[in-house]
Amino acid sequence: MKRFATIALGVLALGVASAQPNVIKIASVSPLSGPQSGLGTAIAQGAQIAIEDAQARFQQLGFQLQFAPQDDQATPDVGVAVARRIVNDADLLGIVGHLNSGVAIAASEIYKDTNLVMVSPANTNPRVTDRGLLNVNRICGRDDIQGPVGAEYAVRVLRRSRLFVVHDKTPYGQGLAEAFAARARELGANVVALVGTEEASNFQPLILQMRALRPDLVYYGGIYDKGGVLVKQMRERGITATFMGGDGLDASDLVKIAGSASKGVLFTTTAGPISTLPRAAAFAQRYKAKFGRDAEAYAVYAFDAANVILTAIEASIRANNGRKPTREQVARAVREVRMDGLTGRIEFDSKGDRKLSDYYIISLREARYPGEVLRVIQFAPPAARQ
Amino acid sequence: MTVADLLSILPQTILEGLLLGFVYAMVALGYTMVYGVLGLINFAHSEVFMIGAVIGLEVFRFWGNPEAPVISNPFLLLLAAIMVAMTGSGIVAVLIERLAYRPLRRRGTKNILVPMITAIGVSFLLQDLTRIYAALRHNEFNMQYRTYDALNAVFMLPMQTTIQVKGIVLIAVSILMLIGLTYLVNRTKLGKAIRAVSQDMQTAALMGINADTIISRTFLIGGALGGVAGVLFGLLYTNVTPYSGVLPGLKAFIAAVLGGIGNIPGAMVGGLVLGQLETLSGTYLPFLTNGNFGTEYKDVFAFLTLVLLLLFRPQGLFGQNVSEKV
Repeated sequence: MKRFATIALGVLALGVASAQPNVIKIASVSPLSGPQSGLGTAIAQGAQIAIEDAQARFQQLGFQLQFAPQDDQATPDVGVAVARRIVNDADLLGIVGHLNSGVAIAASEIYKDTNLVMVSPANTNPRVTDRGLLNVNRICGRDDIQGPVGAEYAVRVLRRSRLFVVHDKTPYGQGLAEAFAARARELGANVVALVGTEEASNFQPLILQMRALRPDLVYYGGIYDKGGVLVKQMRERGITATFMGGDGLDASDLVKIAGSASKGVLFTTTAGPISTLPRAAAFAQRYKAKFGRDAEAYAVYAFDAANVILTAIEASIRANNGRKPTREQVARAVREVRMDGLTGRIEFDSKGDRKLSDYYIISLREARYPGEVLRVIQFAPPAARQ
Repeated sequence: MTVADLLSILPQTILEGLLLGFVYAMVALGYTMVYGVLGLINFAHSEVFMIGAVIGLEVFRFWGNPEAPVISNPFLLLLAAIMVAMTGSGIVAVLIERLAYRPLRRRGTKNILVPMITAIGVSFLLQDLTRIYAALRHNEFNMQYRTYDALNAVFMLPMQTTIQVKGIVLIAVSILMLIGLTYLVNRTKLGKAIRAVSQDMQTAALMGINADTIISRTFLIGGALGGVAGVLFGLLYTNVTPYSGVLPGLKAFIAAVLGGIGNIPGAMVGGLVLGQLETLSGTYLPFLTNGNFGTEYKDVFAFLTLVLLLLFRPQGLFGQNVSEKV
């Protein structure tokens, strides 16, 4: 109930468009309703904790800090509509979001007009930052590394050679699946199929193709709401191939949806389980006490993303002699942020990618979330490596 | 990929298409019967179907709760889920007619677009009510059917084909429902009245048939069939969301048109044909087009076939070309 109240207040607060000199707002934009709301709500809640922590600090600087969670329903057109609405609120100085790359890419085209800064906890598609926008940053990794990392593990470590690759036709899912398939081919594996589908309930045609093609690994580029159903139906129909995916599967709802079929599911992710982040233990406890459920890995990233924005705003308030900074000042300050977050050292390169990101390979060996970390590898984003 | 490989999955593909086809057929009957009596495309029927799936799921959750099961035998539990969903969906369908369509009819609306737009509105309303319900009750959007080993057990059939117990149940229940409906429409007094009203409502009224009652009963029967289909759909594909009815509903409507809208055997055949078209094209398109057209084109292909068929036979497979009464 408390959450609904906060959301309602946030929406009301944004409805008042006239600028107030001493009010600063931060919004989170992620799916709060619909099939992906489990992960989207975790992002809003992670950001909420960071902002509530900072309210006293901002009070001393003479500003009232407010949080305004928004719902993009994991759909690009809703995301763009939300973006158009919130850019008009002059008090809004930063965005934590989105969950889906397809939504983030579309919405950031609106934010860029006013240089409204966006720090993404979860958007892994390369194009999010490769467009070189001043206002777009992310603290997670990239699919052009995540996909190949998964491919190397599948082919070199697991020795899988017949790969069936499925994606959900979103920029995120398709980009990830294609990056996986390309690297797997380079490593000599046989990609027996690379198919996209928007289907959400009936995956039988794909499962029939698997019967004919006999893959030893099925890779899913997409989000848990569909991936969970796919693996469940595969197991029911006797397809025993290893099931692997990307960070879209990194959610406790995957286990809820797939049940015992989630046993043995592998995924790569750029957000490590909280247990592997030494500094995040206290956060996890507070999160559970406040919201009554375990924090998803991306909740910690949302917390860090919000703190990046808050640090940048504080720095620009100081640089501005205590007056409220402009959006462009905040956007420039975000690129200068150097801080130790719960997820490790945070610094950005000139495109807004994190200078070093972790890539995890996780196995749900016991059909329980979070799973067991098999590997952690650190990578720099492509441009910074040259 | 050899021809032998392709052929080896053909029997299984046809079987999967049959399961899907039976679901479409039962939903299609709801569209076709209402069209028969009212000349209205009841777009809210897809939500009646989805609500049936949700009701069945709740029966499984409540009465089949592993900690304190009211009914522990999965088959009895499924039977209970089907009965409750039939009743629930039937009542929802009757209420839709009573609250949305009948007042419009009383007003003597001549424009056929008005009830159709109303149907679309009701459809959205029911989706969002279910969304609210799912959020408040489960705090989630994706609802999962419980799985039971007894229902998921696999039977080996000849030609490397397998079927799960729930698949057999689906076929058996569907056939039972379709036979039952055919009997009801063709051999009972109620059936005679329904046929009379669909032929000519005013003349039927002159013969002492209360048209409103018959229309209400028609919605009840169509809704109940939709409810059964919902439970079987949920059982088969396991995941139910408030939007689960939209695509199957649309396809069932198309199946009804394919069979000849208003024609009951036509809706059954149309559903079965569409199930086959969709599953066959979804499975074989990538192989036959060398990967250029993937599984995502299954609906495009199925609907293209439909367009071609309707070009040559606009009244559908079983429909009669009725000339307008003057």
